[in-house]
Amino acid sequence: MNYEKEEFFAPGHGMCAGCAAPIIVRWILKLAGPNTIVVNATGCLEVATTAYPRTSWRVPWLHVAFENAAAAASGIEAAAKAKGEKLNIIAFGGDGGTADIGFQALSGMVERGHNVLYVLYDNEAYMNTGIQRSGATPWGAWTTTSKVGNANPIGKLEPKKPVARIIAAHNAKYVATANPAFFQDFKKKVQKALSYEGAKFLHVISSCTTGWRHDPSKTVEIMKLATETGLFPLWEVVDGDLENMRITYKPKKFKPIEEYLKTQGRFRHLLKNPEYVKKIQEQIDAWWAKYGHHYNP
Amino acid sequence: MKVMIRGNESIAYAFKLARVKVIPAYPITPSTLVPEKISEFIANGEMDAQFITVESEHSAISAAIGASSHGVRVGTATASQGLALMHEVLFIASGMRLPIVMGIGNRALSAPINIWCDHQDMMAQRDTGWMQFYAESNQEGLDLGIMAYKIAEDERILLPAMVGIDAFVLTHTVEPVELPEQKEVDDFLGEFVPHYVTLDPEKPATLGSFGFPEHYMEFKYGQWIAMERAKKVIDEVFQEFEERFGRKYKKVYPEFMEDAEIVLITMGSMTSTTREFVRKLRAEGKKVGLLKLTVFRPFPKEELRALLKDVPVVAVVERNISFGFGGAVYAELAATFANESNKPRIIDFIVGLGGRDITFNTLGKVVEIAEKAAKGEKVDEVNWIDVNKEAVLKAEGLL
Repeated sequence: MNYEKEEFFAPGHGMCAGCAAPIIVRWILKLAGPNTIVVNATGCLEVATTAYPRTSWRVPWLHVAFENAAAAASGIEAAAKAKGEKLNIIAFGGDGGTADIGFQALSGMVERGHNVLYVLYDNEAYMNTGIQRSGATPWGAWTTTSKVGNANPIGKLEPKKPVARIIAAHNAKYVATANPAFFQDFKKKVQKALSYEGAKFLHVISSCTTGWRHDPSKTVEIMKLATETGLFPLWEVVDGDLENMRITYKPKKFKPIEEYLKTQGRFRHLLKNPEYVKKIQEQIDAWWAKYGHHYNP
Repeated sequence: MKVMIRGNESIAYAFKLARVKVIPAYPITPSTLVPEKISEFIANGEMDAQFITVESEHSAISAAIGASSHGVRVGTATASQGLALMHEVLFIASGMRLPIVMGIGNRALSAPINIWCDHQDMMAQRDTGWMQFYAESNQEGLDLGIMAYKIAEDERILLPAMVGIDAFVLTHTVEPVELPEQKEVDDFLGEFVPHYVTLDPEKPATLGSFGFPEHYMEFKYGQWIAMERAKKVIDEVFQEFEERFGRKYKKVYPEFMEDAEIVLITMGSMTSTTREFVRKLRAEGKKVGLLKLTVFRPFPKEELRALLKDVPVVAVVERNISFGFGGAVYAELAATFANESNKPRIIDFIVGLGGRDITFNTLGKVVEIAEKAAKGEKVDEVNWIDVNKEAVLKAEGLL
């Protein structure tokens, strides 16, 4: 059945204009269809879509707490098995709920091989509590807990946690990075993930207009630049076989990282010092030098 | 059928006989044998259930919520630090009105780390909205485990429940237990029907949503009402259990109460020692009675008022401490009588923390102080028994 013309994520929710998360969720639900149960970690998506007694969810939906979406999903999957049901169980978590506080529960869920699709919508900071740095915040980003000043002109001093690679290293059934601005690639990966039995993990970039500090109309444009500059590469790994990681998209001509950085207020301070921009560019170049041969469209 | 089993096996058998469908569990001393036994039941094909070997107790209770929300009967077991790690999620299970049952091997909390018995772990979860039952024996562990499902799942209640069995004294001690037939338990519990909204793709519902100030208090009042109603439902279920299985349970179990001038209140396995001690005192002509508190949440105020209103002195003997006040049972009993005109003198005794033995000698000291109070002498409100006070006072620089 094709449910692309149906809506399972209703309009009227309280997500910000320009937030990428509702685009991701709306399309994943269209691709999954109605035989789906959603688990949501605490975060923007949860608070802004379920203000009692209203809801945006036209599929069964459960929220328990911040750090345990993967554990709650494991329980649902076990109950579904006990009842002999076959359905899609999809967990949504932000980067805090996935890469930081929820990481242990996610690791357990993947190691046990529960038949769950876990989707990380990565806006690269704790946006629900007001833009605090997470393990997924990139080097050099300003947040309210990685502030920029005379003594620290950089912002976040540590690199982004490579959460998708770490999950792939669990020998998860399927792991992919995806970008809704590359819609066909995104769609294929969601469908592929749903077709597998086992623990699946999608790492989806999700721009945050308030935290990244950009105009709400620029969301897709900026996410597109993240991949066109090579900063957020699109790849997939089956059965944890990182040696055979497949890069699914490679820009014909990489755009300089400066083009991405200058679109967002969180990086504005970096542009004052070409060394900082150069450092990020070198990291991107190094990644592609190391893994670029995995490109296999 | 009579079997010789450990307390942990009582809990595992309760889950098996209740036909629990999902068991997420994590090992912790002294409860580890519960998941081990479940693993064995499943490996032998004796139990048709999904066993989730989660990576923490936090995930155990979170997975229990997931499974219960999907409309199956769920059980888990833990103790001490594991229960403390679950703390946050316990409120969510009760707030979502999910009838999960959990066995607890009552164990002390760190620091210092200690694996032996006291009731601090469950007492610290007093306000999480779970019903609390304390077993005196392995038989009670099994019976209360089965009854907890019937009470928790009653459509008037829908609250989760904990059944405490004392660390080692019960969890690891082999006792003869009457194991009911599967059919008897099936008839008693009936087929599992979730009397709550579940995660059903045919009827999509949003569970665990965001509650604003204009709605939050009504959810909490609902839990309050359910807990109040549980008092009657517990009595009904205890009554039906007695009719079917012949074993008698009461929220507060009175013994030797006639003309009692001093009444000891106990919980869990210490009751057995205390019963023999009271029997001995009675033989000596001392008017001492015994109340066993089987249900701590909901707190059986009404029964305690009726049983104790004319008793001169009540000695609360308890294995927990709320620093800065006293024992939790003492605090609640004192509050139970706060507005009564007829009330006993209530004295608190802190005993047996971290597995320190509770012996006739311990109880003798309790009764000695209670007798002083009965004569109108001044005694301390909170009395620590069997403690090397001198060593502590020296270390604290007070001696």
